[in-house]
Parts: sequence; structure tokens; C-alpha cells
Amino acid sequence: MATHRRIDVSKLGDVTIVKFLDKKILDEASILELGAELFGLVELENRKSLLLNFSGVEFLSSAALGKLITLDRKVKSNKGRMKMSNIRPEILEVFQITKLNKIFDIRKDEAEAISAFA
Amino acid sequence: MPHQKPTADPAAPTHESTDAAAWHREIELPSERGASRLITEDLLEQLGAHGWSPSDIFAIHLAAEEAIVNAIVHGNKLDPGKVVRVACLVSPTLARIEVADEGPGFDPGSVPDCRLEDRLDAPNGRGVMLMRTFMTRIEYNARGNRVLMEKQRSPVEE
Repeated sequence: MATHRRIDVSKLGDVTIVKFLDKKILDEASILELGAELFGLVELENRKSLLLNFSGVEFLSSAALGKLITLDRKVKSNKGRMKMSNIRPEILEVFQITKLNKIFDIRKDEAEAISAFA
Repeated sequence: MPHQKPTADPAAPTHESTDAAAWHREIELPSERGASRLITEDLLEQLGAHGWSPSDIFAIHLAAEEAIVNAIVHGNKLDPGKVVRVACLVSPTLARIEVADEGPGFDPGSVPDCRLEDRLDAPNGRGVMLMRTFMTRIEYNARGNRVLMEKQRSPVEE
């Protein structure tokens, strides 16, 4: 399994749970690295059910949004499913303003997201 | 667009403001990725020290970050011979950030609306929109290489 520096990856049943190690996802070099690690889960490890748990994430920039959008595309074209959970209100507002809440499946917490995969 | 008159002429040097409680800072940033932190760390600290709420601080941080990254990457195209000038003012009620690059400028009206159905999954083009939404006022100069953003402090939620 690949070594990750920007994310923590665990499994619960068939669902791969991803947690972000950075509180602030804004540095461009880190975002590039984050993107590569996330894409690897789909393209190299062929993981079909991804849950992105945002607990601990306090800030993210539009460059990070771009990576999440590209990841969502990759997951969908790989016939997988992606959900997100534990998003703090300020970041949820970013998703709402940009209407990304229409393309992302956003759940309140990890338990709700996991049960939505069933 | 209705907005309150700013407390000082944006073109005037910010240290001439009469608001004694305000913090000012002007800085030239190199056109390098990650350079924004040379000002945003102080900006965040000052917003906190002036009693701004976490959600307002988030909004201002996001707008500043997007404007500075745009100036470095899209304006100056990471040219080491060019700088990005940032001027900040933080008072208990107003935050103002001006960001200028040495690029040719752009037409902010030409950025397609990322909320349109067929552009929802485009990975880029959200920065300017977030700046507009999160700040009270945002204006570009005619050339489009300088942006002035202001945020009035939000009413306290009990």
C-alpha cells in the first residue's frame, strides 16, 4: 500500500475512509501532493467506495476544491461512489456557494455516510 | 451597488487613516507558490486580536488567499522578476485587503459562472466567485490587475 503524507487511510468493511492530515488545505505544493494521493486510491488501488471525513479540516482553498472535483470524476468514471462527512459549517458554506453540494454526496457524520453506502 | 463609504480613500497610504485602533501592513510578495503566508499569518492574528468572529476570519482568509494566489499564478505567472503588492487594514469593524500584481490584468466579468449546470464539475474558476460572496465589497481597477476587497464585520449572533 502506498505511503501517504497528506491523508490517513483506513477501511471499514468495503468503505475506504480518508481523513486529512492538514488542518488547512491551502498550500499549493501540499494540494498537489494531496491530489496525487487521493487519485492513487482510485487509479492505482481501485477503491470503489470512498468516504472523505473532513473532521479536523478548518480551511480549504478553491485549488483544493478543484482536486475534490477531479477526484469525484475519477471515482464516478471508475464506477465507484464517494461521500463526504464531518464538514464544518464554514466549509459547508463554500460547497453551497459554489453549488458543489449538488455534485457531492455530503453527510453529517461518518456513521450516516457509512450507512448510506449500504 | 450600495455600500458604506470606506473610512479612508483606498488610494491613500493606509497609515494615514485616522482610526487609531486599526492595524496596517503593506508588503511586497515574491511571485512564488506559498508566498501568501508571509501576510496571511499576520492578517489572521490581527483579525483575532480585533475581535472578529471565526466565521468572518474564515471568509476574509479565503478571499485574501484566493486573491493573492490569483495574482501570483495568473497575474504574474510565477515570474521571479515581478512582485505582488498587498495592503491590509484591520479595524474592529472593517477589514480591507488590496492586492496588485504586475501582469496584464484580466476581465473579471469574463470568468464563467462555475454554478452553471454544465460547469459544476469544472475544477477551476471558483476563486473570484468566493471572493465576491464572502466580502462586502470587491472592486477591480480598469486594467484588472488590482483588486480591492472590504468586509464589514458581521452582526454578532447570540
